[in-house]
Amino acid sequence: MSTIAEQEALPKLTAKDFASNQEVKWCPGCGDYSILKQVQTVFPDFGVPKENIVFISGIGCAARFTYYMDTYGMHSIHGRAAAIASGVKATNPDLSVWIVSGDGDALSIGGNHFIHLMRKNFDVNYLVFNNQIYGLTKGQYSPTSEKGKVAKSTPYGSIEEPFNPSEIALGAKSTFVARSLDRDPKHMQMVLKRANDHKGTSFVEIYQNCPVFNDGTFFAFSEKETKKEQAIFLEHGKPLVFGQNDDKGIKFEGHVPVIVDIKESGISLDDLWIHDEHDKTKANIIARFFDNTFNGEHFPRPFGVIYSEDRSTYEVAMADQIAAITAKKGKTPLDKILSGDKTWTIL
Amino acid sequence: MEISATNFKPHVPIIEADSIVIRFSGDSGDGMQLTGNQFTDTAAYLGNDLSTFPEFPAEIRAPIGTTAGVSGFQVHFGSREIFTPGDEYDVLVAMNSAALKVDLPRLKKGGIIITNTAGFDKKNLSLAGYPDGVNPLENGSLDEYTVHKIDVTKFTKECLAGTGLGMKEIERSKNMFVLGLLFWMFDEPMDYTVTFINEKFAKKPEIAEANIKTLKAGWNFGDHTEIFTTRFKVSAAKLPKGVYRNISGNQATAIGLVAASELSGLPLFLGSYPITPASDVLHELSKYKANNVKTFQAEDEIAAICAAIGASYAGGLGVTTTSGPGMSLKTEAIGLATILEIPLIIINIQRGGPSTGLPTKTEQSDLMQAMYGRHGEGPLPVIAASSPADCFNTVLEAARIAIEHMTPVICLTDGYIANGTEPWRFPSADQLSPIKATFVTEPNGPDGTFLPYKRDEKLVRPMVKPGTKGLMHRIGGLEKGNETGNVSYDAVNHEKMTHLRAAKIEKIADFIPLIKPDSGKETGKLAVLGWGSTSGAIKTAVRELIEAGHDVAHVHLHHINPFPKNLGELLSGYDKVLIPEMNCGQLIQLIRAKYLIPAIGFNKVQGLPFTTIELKNKILELLK
Repeated sequence: MSTIAEQEALPKLTAKDFASNQEVKWCPGCGDYSILKQVQTVFPDFGVPKENIVFISGIGCAARFTYYMDTYGMHSIHGRAAAIASGVKATNPDLSVWIVSGDGDALSIGGNHFIHLMRKNFDVNYLVFNNQIYGLTKGQYSPTSEKGKVAKSTPYGSIEEPFNPSEIALGAKSTFVARSLDRDPKHMQMVLKRANDHKGTSFVEIYQNCPVFNDGTFFAFSEKETKKEQAIFLEHGKPLVFGQNDDKGIKFEGHVPVIVDIKESGISLDDLWIHDEHDKTKANIIARFFDNTFNGEHFPRPFGVIYSEDRSTYEVAMADQIAAITAKKGKTPLDKILSGDKTWTIL
Repeated sequence: MEISATNFKPHVPIIEADSIVIRFSGDSGDGMQLTGNQFTDTAAYLGNDLSTFPEFPAEIRAPIGTTAGVSGFQVHFGSREIFTPGDEYDVLVAMNSAALKVDLPRLKKGGIIITNTAGFDKKNLSLAGYPDGVNPLENGSLDEYTVHKIDVTKFTKECLAGTGLGMKEIERSKNMFVLGLLFWMFDEPMDYTVTFINEKFAKKPEIAEANIKTLKAGWNFGDHTEIFTTRFKVSAAKLPKGVYRNISGNQATAIGLVAASELSGLPLFLGSYPITPASDVLHELSKYKANNVKTFQAEDEIAAICAAIGASYAGGLGVTTTSGPGMSLKTEAIGLATILEIPLIIINIQRGGPSTGLPTKTEQSDLMQAMYGRHGEGPLPVIAASSPADCFNTVLEAARIAIEHMTPVICLTDGYIANGTEPWRFPSADQLSPIKATFVTEPNGPDGTFLPYKRDEKLVRPMVKPGTKGLMHRIGGLEKGNETGNVSYDAVNHEKMTHLRAAKIEKIADFIPLIKPDSGKETGKLAVLGWGSTSGAIKTAVRELIEAGHDVAHVHLHHINPFPKNLGELLSGYDKVLIPEMNCGQLIQLIRAKYLIPAIGFNKVQGLPFTTIELKNKILELLK
């Protein structure tokens, strides 16, 4: 690994330095291009030497990401990136580990690893490119597709409820839950930086447009005609405000959120719900601004950091335990391990 | 029973025996495993060679008193070399009716039965499934055996009356009474067990005292009553000089892994998910965290191997341990490790299958899975352990091949040797050869580029730790272009890479020892070719037949893929080749296909190891 002195001596890297020599082969107009660009744009700011960065991906369109980054990387098997990344981080905690996954990879075939990674809280970053469709297998509904989805395997519409990834992550004891979208580069860069800064598993769901099989699914949250009404951008310590003219606010009435017209109600901004990303109870409610309605009202979809918590990471807890055992017992010499406690001698 | 001068019998003759098999059998809660282990340890310290076979039900606490709940521990100890736990036993300890029912069939005719009569009351007889009114201890059905009917429960209660212990604790000590009695019968000292009890119950001195008291009462019972007319003495065996310990296969596997880590300098990472009979390796390794060992109990079998793959990728020694069903779940990930070409040790402690099958019973039925259980063309090294202590050597060999040849290695043991124990003349650390792990830090391609799949003369690709400056590269499950490792869908390239990967594995044959017979001559009438845990039974059978003047040899395989280079030549020197396997014939298919010889199979799939008698009869039939 490079020393700090060496790092300082090097000229700052650029986005181009993070591009591998491989031709990028996503479909024209795919949201993945934007995500790749934002990642390559913000990585130089992280100050992590390229050789200390590892991308681990599973299978799917998103998983090809690994080949396009000039870092270390493994394009693995379907759903298992989180498990592989756990072994990487446990073995070398100095590496900056990024998992890239899609909605099927992370939440369907890899669902078990997803929840257990959250619980274990390795200090890795988990980017899930959610396009609500299976792309690489050419258009089947996914575990995040809306109920009724007409797709290749559901010509009469899907009959299943979709997952809400933020709710799963919170339920699985995630220490960092955020959401961004491909068509808002600045916002995505901010969220990526926050994920990088967080010590623990950072789960970032990125709404990503699939122009071939699910075009426009998230346009309500990204296009200027609808964005202000349909999306709410969370900032820690700031009131929950949205609407075409920032004229709507969210406040608590009892234990349920309600939408208020700020001007009409005359409410002070301080009396609105102030976003506290460390408050899990509130995070649980914000995460449910999805398909759940409160008192029949439709709520805007939240973007930004929904929740963050400071909790010991797996690799640190593991190192601490090993250090404590070593301090107490010391390393057992191999000869002692070979002989065990009880031996006898044949003369 | 009150011991008085009237029933005192001072002199019981001691008969020399060259080997004895004892079967301790009782309910799961009767402490038979502990009793057997204590007897074994004492015999080991006295210099006997031995082999043990614990056998327990899959249910943790099956209904008390039923045949489903019978837990057995068999020990074979002798003054000569012992390679198996014994076909039949000389002594059967039956703590209840169910134990007698289950284990009587394998007691030698004329053998000794020691029973706890409290386990033969109406309720116990009924639970064991004896018809109403039938008590095997009373109806003459055991006339051809020497039966000792002792109310162990009553004596234990009397012995501990007034100690203030509860009935439950008192009942729990009854195994010590039996153990003391057996120590007397075989003229063995109680010291080791007394020390063990004092250590085990250091924090509960009253329990320790009760157990020791009961143990001694058992000894005195033998010494002072008239019911025993014979004692036995098994002298120390003439084993090679040296320091020994007793070891089970799972323990040997675990410490083999610790040794592999130290010898290679690679930190060990075990990814595992609990499964019988493999979990003990995870338990054992978890004790060595101060020795550069990280153990990771994963959320499932797949995560266990994937985390191990991640560990190897990051520069560690990734290992995963499992048994049959877990092996099936890991299959896709094994394919990934195969195409990545990274070191990985996969240990399958085989059990009866398919599916959940016989979790606590042994079988060798996963050989074909190890050889071919992947989609696509993906040959891998396969090696197998032949005895409990041999698991240590096997794991070291697996690590050497994995690291020095950059490949996953499948290491097969089974429930029989995983739980069974034997004395092991363990090596000292400086007798173990180092394992060479080489990490590349410089570019190997033109213009300072790095080619992750450029191979050396062994066809092995370079190993790079992430974190190494200037060598950033991507690897993955997609087919890769030769040398560059970049994704390639080129048809000819795929064929070339397929052949290169296979040739790399085949080339390992240049680095493994040639095979020679374990016993018998290099040519002759019949070779018995075995692999894995059948070794002890084949060894015993063949050696006894050679002594009796028969022309037979024993050849035992440790490396199954690739085979030792001279295997075909060696086998062609025998008129017949017999392959005994605890499956329906798997190695035999490999041997027939590769060497085109009409090998003869001998198969057993009862969840139990071969007996030497079975093997001897089969060999004699072929020698006719």
